[in-house]
Amino acid sequence: MNRQAVQNQTTAPQGGVTLATALPWIISTIVLLFIPLVFTSNSAITIMNQMAITIIFALAYNMLLGQGGMLSFGHAIYMGFGGFVSVHVINYVEDYSLPLPLPVLPLLGGLAGLALAILIGSFSTRKAGTVFAMISLGVGELIAACSVIIVVFFGGEEGVSGDRTYGLPVFGIEFLQQIEVYYLIVFWLLLSALLMYLFSRTPVGRMANAVRDNPERAEFLGYSARWVRFFSFCASGFFCGIAGGLFAINYEILTEENLNLVQSGSILLITFLGGVGFFFGPIIGAIVFTLLSTVLSLQTDLWQLYVGALFLAAVMYFPGGLAGVIMMHWPAFKMGNIRLLIGPYIKTFTPCLVGILGTAALIEMTFHFRHAAIGDEEMTLFWTTFNSHSVLPWLLVVAVTAAAFWLTRRNLPEMVAAWHTANSLPGVSK
Amino acid sequence: MDLILVNLIDGLVTGLLLFMLSAGLTLIFSMMGVLNFAHASFYMLGAYFAYQISLFMGFWMGLLIAPVIVGLAGAGIERYGLRRVHQYGHVPELIFTFGLALLIEEIVQFIWGKNQMPYSPPEILQFTLFSIAGNAIPAYKIFMLCMSMGIFIALLYVLTRTRVGMVIQAALSYPKTVEALGHNVPLVFMGVFGVGTALAGVAGVIAGPVLGTFPGMAFLLGSIVFVTIVIGGLGSLWGALVASLLIGWITTFAASYNVAMADILVAVGFEKPADLSESALRDLWSLTLPQIGPILPYLLMVLILVFRPYGLFGKRDV
Repeated sequence: MNRQAVQNQTTAPQGGVTLATALPWIISTIVLLFIPLVFTSNSAITIMNQMAITIIFALAYNMLLGQGGMLSFGHAIYMGFGGFVSVHVINYVEDYSLPLPLPVLPLLGGLAGLALAILIGSFSTRKAGTVFAMISLGVGELIAACSVIIVVFFGGEEGVSGDRTYGLPVFGIEFLQQIEVYYLIVFWLLLSALLMYLFSRTPVGRMANAVRDNPERAEFLGYSARWVRFFSFCASGFFCGIAGGLFAINYEILTEENLNLVQSGSILLITFLGGVGFFFGPIIGAIVFTLLSTVLSLQTDLWQLYVGALFLAAVMYFPGGLAGVIMMHWPAFKMGNIRLLIGPYIKTFTPCLVGILGTAALIEMTFHFRHAAIGDEEMTLFWTTFNSHSVLPWLLVVAVTAAAFWLTRRNLPEMVAAWHTANSLPGVSK
Repeated sequence: MDLILVNLIDGLVTGLLLFMLSAGLTLIFSMMGVLNFAHASFYMLGAYFAYQISLFMGFWMGLLIAPVIVGLAGAGIERYGLRRVHQYGHVPELIFTFGLALLIEEIVQFIWGKNQMPYSPPEILQFTLFSIAGNAIPAYKIFMLCMSMGIFIALLYVLTRTRVGMVIQAALSYPKTVEALGHNVPLVFMGVFGVGTALAGVAGVIAGPVLGTFPGMAFLLGSIVFVTIVIGGLGSLWGALVASLLIGWITTFAASYNVAMADILVAVGFEKPADLSESALRDLWSLTLPQIGPILPYLLMVLILVFRPYGLFGKRDV
């Protein structure tokens, strides 16, 4: 993690708002505003809503994991709690017809998340590392288990549902359609992402990095590591609560599933896959994971197997996540050498991709061979239909996969050499 | 009184089973400083391997072979996975084992499917050994008891009386010095990881027929094992034993005594509201002990971590 920290430091802007620092924000605002005009179908907007909520949640989670060095195994409870409070507020407002406009609801969810984070953080942030991870796991399991017992608040097995169109249209908008909800979510996404980014630039945010890397030294400088962790934790809880409030508005129902360990685990997966060392890492992670889970789950029953394998491979070979992989190319790009890499990359990664797809095909065929209904020997893979019980397709796939991996291995040294050339200064021999 | 005795035996069986898992986990933790989230997954692998072997060679060969395979798998994962991630620090290590737990569950579902396997105790042990006031105690339960006791004693003997145990204990506290003395510490690590996972495998083999062999079995037990070693004190073998027994008995007794919160509240002097369905406190009134039994260990763990972060027997802060 130290290497990432150093990169973080060097890429930090030197204060002041310049065009270079504002440009990513402006571009993403424009993209977010106009993307519904490109993808107009209802299902696309549903996916984008889910993506935006996941981005807020992942960014909030990375305030702990990436910026504060605290690994939480039960972070779903803050989002879930914010969501449950929001649903109850929706129902309360409907019952007593109070003048509360829907767009401010996520703020209430955020405050609920903040309140829970203050309560739990008061004792869990005393230590970082394993103690923190264990307490977060214990508290997470405790609250997830309570959701079945405390039926008044958590609604037991069927959860709590509400109706977001409870009256009081804001400027004539009643939030009946997905697209209206989309723009509401985008507003909160931009606002909270900007606030979280600015938080990482405040003295507290910078101290969170220091405490992550060397708590002892931070203490010697006169900062209380515990308070720094506590502030990060509370801020993270607040933004998780906002994500929960948006979840409540978007789906209008919250259940035990929003609190349990599966949810907490997947946000860890998303954030780590995206890259914890950079602010934009979790954003990439959330986008990729949401696409993967929606697209892959339509294609195959085994998508969780692939996601799990991808996750393990990421931890082992790319601990910086996708963002780390992208930023690895920054020095070469700055020196103008990036074009040297294109050829070798194509030569290595094309067979590698074919090999991976071939392995996946073998897994799918094995699965079909073993688990398909008796008599059902036809299967369709990569737009081809064949008999999974005959020998020919097996031989073909095995041969293609083996050849692809052999090509990858053969071309690998060339890529490594190109990488070194691209990353060394001109005139300097290695 | 008879019920207490039956519960004591049941709790002992559960506790010792937990101990077989937590002993390996706590040893691995104190050596490498990494909490192995996938530990319960090795327990599941043990049960599945043993089931598969028992189809061809019977239960006893499964009991013999499955833990060895699990141990070898564990050692391999340490050598080629964990050791690689080790250089990045503790957090990626934790995340690696977490991902491993997910992947193992998916692989098990891929190979054996989502349904429970018909894995049952061997015929020779399917009889009632004795009964206490009408409560039959099956022989298999006593067999589980003896197995876990035997493993505990063997572990204790190896760790405290043999040369290998001495090296392990020394490597726990001063790995650098032990390495300087010429011992291969990475090999010791790999061995401990392998033996720890093999112990989890044994637990899986003997628990599979009773608790059920299904893909969710690791998830069910996994977090309880963590709770156990945190309560006992990370790295302490005795702590793991005491905490395992404690949790075994707490959950067993909580499940069998139907103490209702309403009775307690009335006894203290509160008046039960006439219409419960409208009251905001209705969940408090309908609460019973078996209902909150499963979350008692977590409650205990949070309390322990807040007031005594060393755990019951731990010497160092985690």
